[in-house]
Amino acid sequence: MVERPEQEETLERRLILATQAGLPIVPRPYAQVAAELGVSEAVVMERLQAMLASGRIRRIALVPNHYRLGYVANGMSVWDIPDACIREVGQAMGRMPAVSHCYHRPRHGKDWPYNLFAMVHGHHRAEVEQRVAEMARQLGERQRGYDILFSTRILKKTGMRFGAA
Amino acid sequence: MDELDRKIINRLQRGFPLCERPFLQEAGQLGCSESELMTRLQCMLDDGLATRFGPLYHAERLGGALCLCAMAVPKERFDIVAEQVNALPEVAHNYEREHRLNMWFVLATEKPEQLDAVVATIEQATGLKVWKMPKLEEFYVGLYLEA
Repeated sequence: MVERPEQEETLERRLILATQAGLPIVPRPYAQVAAELGVSEAVVMERLQAMLASGRIRRIALVPNHYRLGYVANGMSVWDIPDACIREVGQAMGRMPAVSHCYHRPRHGKDWPYNLFAMVHGHHRAEVEQRVAEMARQLGERQRGYDILFSTRILKKTGMRFGAA
Repeated sequence: MDELDRKIINRLQRGFPLCERPFLQEAGQLGCSESELMTRLQCMLDDGLATRFGPLYHAERLGGALCLCAMAVPKERFDIVAEQVNALPEVAHNYEREHRLNMWFVLATEKPEQLDAVVATIEQATGLKVWKMPKLEEFYVGLYLEA
C-alpha cells in the first residue's frame, strides 16, 4: 500500500466522521460538507471518488427499510456445508438470485454446526421457505442440514460509526 | 408511498452521483423538480421508509473490523439487553430473530483490536455469552429491493 501524507489521512477521517450518518439534503450537499471541513467542494468530491474507486466506500446511496417496502420475511438461512466444498458451494449460493449476502463463518461445535450464511428476503415466509428449500434441493448432498432464522424486529440499523470511543 | 416514491427508492438505492448539483441531476432522470426530490427524500428518512442516505463505508477497507455476533437472551430480559447493546456506538445494526440465539448484531470498530473489548463490555454488562461469527470469506453482497 502507498503511504499517504498524514494530512490526507486526517481529511479522509474527518470526511468519514462528517458523512457517516448521512449526506445533508441540500442542493449542493458536497459543498456543505466541504464548508464544514474547511476545504473546497472539489476536494470533497475528489476524495469521495477516490474512496469509491478503492472500495473504501461501497456506494453513495439510499438504504431503504426493507420491512416498510413489504419485504417482511427476512430469513437468514444457515447451512452445514462440508469444509471440502465450502468455497464451491458459497460461490454457487452467491449466484442464486434469492440471495443478497453470503458468507463463510465459523462453526461453534455441536451447538452451532452451520458454516455458511445466506440472507434471503421475501414478501412472505412461505416464499422464503420455498426458496431455501429449492436451494437445498440444488445443493443435494453438498449440504448436511440447514435452518432459517427469521427476523422479527429491527432493533437498530444505524450503520458503522467511527470516532465514538 | 406513491409511484414517484417507488422510483426514487429504486433509483437511489443503486447509487447517487458525485457532482455539484446531484439532486438536480437525479430529479431530471426521475421527472420531478430538485426541491420535490429533496422533500420526498427527507420525508422518507423522517418517516423511517429509508434508514440512511449517503456514503456507505466499508469498515474493513478503512482499516476497521466488522463482526457478526449472536446472543441467547432470556425473553423476560430481552428489551433491557437490547437497550444495553444498542447503546454502544460500535453496534451498527441489531435484529431480533426466532431462534434460541435470538439477538443478532454487527459490531463495527475503527481498529480491529477494539472488537474484543466491545465484546467483553457486552458480556460484562449483560452476563450473557456473545457468540462471535466473524466472516471468513464473503461470496456475494448485492442487496437490491424493488419498492
